[in-house]
Amino acid sequence: MQRLFLPLTLLVAAMFAYAPVMIAQAPFESTMLLVQKIFYFHVPSWFVMFSGAFLCAGASVVYLAKGSRNADHYALAGAELAVVFGLMGLITGPLWARKAWGVWWEWDVKLTLALVVWLTFVAYLLLRRYGGAGSEKLAAGVGIFGAANIPFVYYSVNWWRTMHPKTTVVPTLREGMRGTFWFCVLAFMLLMVLIVAARVRLERQRALVDDLFLELED
Amino acid sequence: MTFLRVVWLVMRKDLLVELRSREIVYTTMFFAVSCVLVFAFGFVREGQPMEDVGAGILWIAVAFSGTLALGRAFERERQSETLRALLLAPVDRPALYIAKLLGVLVLLAAVEVIIVPLVALLFQAPLFRHLAMLLALLAAGTIGFTAVGTLFGAMLARARSRDVLLPVLLYPITVPVIIAGVRGTSALLQADPDPAVARAWLSLLVSFDVVFITLALWTFEPVMTD
Repeated sequence: MQRLFLPLTLLVAAMFAYAPVMIAQAPFESTMLLVQKIFYFHVPSWFVMFSGAFLCAGASVVYLAKGSRNADHYALAGAELAVVFGLMGLITGPLWARKAWGVWWEWDVKLTLALVVWLTFVAYLLLRRYGGAGSEKLAAGVGIFGAANIPFVYYSVNWWRTMHPKTTVVPTLREGMRGTFWFCVLAFMLLMVLIVAARVRLERQRALVDDLFLELED
Repeated sequence: MTFLRVVWLVMRKDLLVELRSREIVYTTMFFAVSCVLVFAFGFVREGQPMEDVGAGILWIAVAFSGTLALGRAFERERQSETLRALLLAPVDRPALYIAKLLGVLVLLAAVEVIIVPLVALLFQAPLFRHLAMLLALLAAGTIGFTAVGTLFGAMLARARSRDVLLPVLLYPITVPVIIAGVRGTSALLQADPDPAVARAWLSLLVSFDVVFITLALWTFEPVMTD
């Protein structure tokens, strides 16, 4: 990974530099026009948040089953990404909703699910930050529970809302928008790989420094 | 010792300690009643409760007092390091989890016996019209909430800032329980009760219980090992 780091950084930088060009060239959506362009960054940030959440849960399972510290570093990186990109989604979402639906917030299933998952991983980070020694293991439990909770939140919010139906504008992808969309998703996912790699390396070296200190004291 | 015997012994110990001091059950019960009253002042206008508010208040009171009971239950184990003693005992760890879960459930059942009639009285909610279904919803919801809460409470017993971390961790995970409990109860309370909707919510609660108890049994062992 270390050898791939520089080329990957350049690739991601190039993709993000080119993304605005592609977004500008993509056709206008018929009802929302320019406002809809936020979609190309809004939806990929949710992709990264959910990937981060599942990375955290998967790595937490490995950490609890095998006790590998490396897995714990991946879990932490996944949770941090879920919170950062979730925040980006939570900021771009209401901006778009205000213009497209006329309200800042709608208790729609996707919004509510995203908010609950985001809160879960904020709680995960709070636990790691303020839980004191040994909170990695406790946090791993929270990560697993948080991911297992996703289908339950989805179904409960979905039923709750469908019992009080409301019409929402669901954008359907047109030809020419699809390519730009997937280009942005790919750029975001590669950025995620890059950040995870950097973050895991940092955490690994921090653990190494801690170990060396302990050795020196003994 | 067999699994069930360990569960019985640990639970009996917890309930005996509680029976002698009655600390948790009294404080939690009074807290739940205060909670219902605070909400009553928030949601009753001109002598009339707002429509559909009883179910929500009932479940909020259950969730809040449940958090309090969970925190206190493990605080007691922490004070004289008895949690460590329990974990050192040569018994199945999952049995300890089940015992703790049942102990907290008994306490919460005692609290619910008080607040369900209280909500019915204060909010003119016909809570007793479909009693069996309401009890099933309350049981399934409380089990789901406590199943997650017992694991988190046990984990946090040794953590710093545990008092504030318990609700912070617990509420996002139990959002489905609250939604299903409130919606299911409210389907029974509306002017034209709809038991089919309540049954759908009950099935969601039961599957939540099954999934999270299984997960908790699996995670309890590695999480509680130093």
